[in-house]
Amino acid sequence: MVHQYKLLGCNIVLDTCSGSVHAVDDIGYDIIALYEKCDKETIIAEMNEKYSSLGVASEEIEECYDQITELVAQNKLFAPDSFEAMAGELKRKTAGVVKALCLHIAHTCNLNCEYCFASQGKYHGERAIMSFETGKRALDFLIENSGTRRNLEVDFFGGEPLMNFTVVKQLVEYARSVEKERNKNFRFTLTTNGLLIDDDVIDFCNREMSNVVLSLDGRKEIHDRYRVDYAGNGSWERIVPKFQKLVNARDGKGYYMRGTFTHANPDFLKDIEKMLELGFSELSMEPVVCPSGDKNELTEEDLPIVLSQYEELAELMLARKKEGKPFTFYHYMIDLTGGPCIYKRISGCGSGTEYMAVTPWGDLYPCHQFVGDEKFRLGDIWNGVDNKEIQQEFMDCNVYAREGCKDCWAKLYCSGGCAANAYHATGSVRGIYEYGCKLFRKRMECAIALQVASLLDEE
Amino acid sequence: MKHIKTLETRNLCESAKNGGCGECQTSCQSACKTSCGIANQQCENKKESK
Repeated sequence: MVHQYKLLGCNIVLDTCSGSVHAVDDIGYDIIALYEKCDKETIIAEMNEKYSSLGVASEEIEECYDQITELVAQNKLFAPDSFEAMAGELKRKTAGVVKALCLHIAHTCNLNCEYCFASQGKYHGERAIMSFETGKRALDFLIENSGTRRNLEVDFFGGEPLMNFTVVKQLVEYARSVEKERNKNFRFTLTTNGLLIDDDVIDFCNREMSNVVLSLDGRKEIHDRYRVDYAGNGSWERIVPKFQKLVNARDGKGYYMRGTFTHANPDFLKDIEKMLELGFSELSMEPVVCPSGDKNELTEEDLPIVLSQYEELAELMLARKKEGKPFTFYHYMIDLTGGPCIYKRISGCGSGTEYMAVTPWGDLYPCHQFVGDEKFRLGDIWNGVDNKEIQQEFMDCNVYAREGCKDCWAKLYCSGGCAANAYHATGSVRGIYEYGCKLFRKRMECAIALQVASLLDEE
Repeated sequence: MKHIKTLETRNLCESAKNGGCGECQTSCQSACKTSCGIANQQCENKKESK
């Protein structure tokens, strides 16, 4: 399966199953489009008709055709999909191994954001914070269930995790005290709205967190539309200086400014530009997750705007790179030579199997987006997973389990997408959230085009 | 002029032979949390042949 598109002044051909990426000229682009549909003679005749008036010799067209045939023989074009039999193999091989937990350290929040998928941090339940004892047991559960996996990832999530900062610190201290003897390496991440950041938080995060995720929606008027406190006051003025101080002190360690865009700002590139203006360079903007019909939901009318914003973002990134002022956009990060192996690419996201969310009272859910929906409760950190039926649904989730993914060129870049988005859009974790797919495919086109354009620029 | 420039990429068919160690990060960590993909993930097994 191949996918052809033109972006950033490049003609790009992706070969889905080999993972190959080709930058081609116009003749190559046209020949590849016809290659499987017509025989050689017909293609050459058609190309001669189109290109002879432009001074292209017939020999050149034949040469191009032969290059393409060579790539086909090398399995770098039209490579067959031979992976279906392997689908689910990685999950079967690593069944029972948990390698990451999302710790819901606080089901409460000091902001009252209307668009919050976690219903203002409470996940449709009561306010709660995690005790040290529960958190410690969660870390022990992770160690006990991680098999030979050395790197263990723990996200401090909420609500607002800094509302339970003392326990965050105690849990990190506990993990550090046992990781060597258990031959583990904890990698911590903390996601915060910024209000409670102070020097103590900054020192601690920069010492212990391999990544911090800082929630900022960009422009003040956009951010303050939703990200308000319980008195209705916007938070932008209070958090931006704190974020700047934290990032400046971070000394190269990982962070992301993470924004959400909604129906109110499909022109989210302006928000990215604001983040750049404020001195941030590691950026992420995510489409809102909300119930169907919600007033914040991205609409069909928003779609062409969002898609063109993604393209303009790629153009901006390329321009800034040339100017020596590069920045990172989370979804455009792609390592073509060192990315995931095929097992990872077909096995799905890992929710409910290797990744779970832990509530403040120690219940296990397939991921943070299922917390609060009782039928997805998997078990708890004391007794492990007892809802085997639900876990099996997640075990069976892979790119080949979704009928609609089979003919999608992007399937080995998304691995079937987000189970929670699929569930909320279709009622099944194996469904297809088509709107999200359209955005994802555009992001992949942009991410790969940036790689191609950079390479061609260097030459 | 060469009509096609092929970028260096990981050979996915080859990775079927030597991949699958399971050491990599789970998909929905770090910045995203709401729109998962695996394209921007790293392979942890650096010594593995590409």
